[in-house]
Amino acid sequence: MKLDTSGLESFTPFHGGGNDLCGGFSSVPSFELPSSTNFDDFQKKAMQMVKPAKGTTTLAFIFKEGVMVAADSRASMGGYISSQSVKKIIEINPYMLGTMAGGAADCQFWHRNLGIKCRLHELANKRRISVTGASKLLANILYSYRGMGLSVGTMIAGWDETGPGLYYVDSEGGRLKGTRFSVGSGSPYAYGVLDNGYRYDMSIEEAAELARRSIYHATFRDGASGGVASVYYVGPDGWKKLSGDDVGELHYKYYPVVPSSVEQEMTEVATS
Amino acid sequence: MATKQQANWSPYDNNGGTCVAIAGADYCVIAADTRMSTGYSILTRDYSKISKLADKCVMASSGFQADVKALQKNLAARHLIYQHQHNKQMSCPAMAQLLSNTLYYKRFFPYYAFNVLGGLDNEGKGCVFTYDAVGSYERVGYSSQGSGSTLIMPVLDNQLKSPSPLLLPAVDAVTPLSESEAVDMVKDVFASAAERDIYTGDKVEIVIVNAGGIRREYTDLRKD
Repeated sequence: MKLDTSGLESFTPFHGGGNDLCGGFSSVPSFELPSSTNFDDFQKKAMQMVKPAKGTTTLAFIFKEGVMVAADSRASMGGYISSQSVKKIIEINPYMLGTMAGGAADCQFWHRNLGIKCRLHELANKRRISVTGASKLLANILYSYRGMGLSVGTMIAGWDETGPGLYYVDSEGGRLKGTRFSVGSGSPYAYGVLDNGYRYDMSIEEAAELARRSIYHATFRDGASGGVASVYYVGPDGWKKLSGDDVGELHYKYYPVVPSSVEQEMTEVATS
Repeated sequence: MATKQQANWSPYDNNGGTCVAIAGADYCVIAADTRMSTGYSILTRDYSKISKLADKCVMASSGFQADVKALQKNLAARHLIYQHQHNKQMSCPAMAQLLSNTLYYKRFFPYYAFNVLGGLDNEGKGCVFTYDAVGSYERVGYSSQGSGSTLIMPVLDNQLKSPSPLLLPAVDAVTPLSESEAVDMVKDVFASAAERDIYTGDKVEIVIVNAGGIRREYTDLRKD
């Protein structure tokens, strides 16, 4: 019995000219290929199009009473300020915070994902996840996407059974444990003020003021940082937002305008 | 040494256009122009960039309209599933997070869509969410996206600038404008944008969401 293969036959091309050499054979339908060997470059261009904003200043440090976390709130796309009210300190759960630097969407999405994973850990193990564990979860995810263009520079700060914890995690797959970190384009300025004023045995108010000043000075000198300086404290009972101050107003609080004595005063010329 | 060959085909195109949304105490105004262009040509003067996602939730998107259409269909399908599973409409903040996740799932081949979502939240207050192309989002009092956004945002900042929601102690950030004042403001900013942006013009489609439902208005703009 002969099989019916009519469905497998290819149709004759609609332009018959040029196929005389093939004789009676119908040739495979074809279309012009672009004269290029690089078909995937548009993906790189697409990534450039959504090029993430690295302009930011975030910092976190451990001191006697716990962890202090602070950040600015400006998002820039090239030279355009796309927002002055971005939440760069992300509340993963009531006792853990993450900071955002690099791609806003990358940080938001993966921190939300981390919060879900932490909650699943709590439900599966009947205890809270440690800061070490949470930062490792995030670092492993980012390492698996290494080289694909994610841009994440984050700090995971929290309080667990071993006390205060602070880790720096980035999209290259790096993960560092430490006591003082600052991430972003304004970080050199923030480090200058932070390292100068840091002592382990500070009170909460002193530490908050140090964090606030560091962010302020970074926003003063770095064009890509600005907006509102938020300061959070993480203690044994979880995190608490301490302050959110517009950096423009902080400037006049730290450097009030002093009316200077006038040397020569201009007087009105009397018109006669 | 042979120079590296570049692909001379791109899957993306920019159809231009501008979107604006303003949130008020008990209303939300979402507007977009109706011009669709490619390069220096106008494809049509009568294209709607606005789509109703849920009862109290409306999205306006500029950018590549084919991606926008695909995104709108995707969200409509997800909303239908939600309605089947939960027997109720999605709230605006819920839809906002759904849109963020939908955009991020295509992180490595993005939707070329710049979105603005507007509607009423669970308490009946106006809310506006603004997005970038890969899904990062933020609740704001007003926003604009698209080719005319750099012309419109400074004007809205000047007229509507509300205190940042990040300030502590918290300051109430609701726009003090009434509904008709907000609609007039939208008409004014579009008229200004149409003067200086070639991709914005023809007509503005204005959608107003309030407790009474959804209402639509059109205003003419420069057609050149």
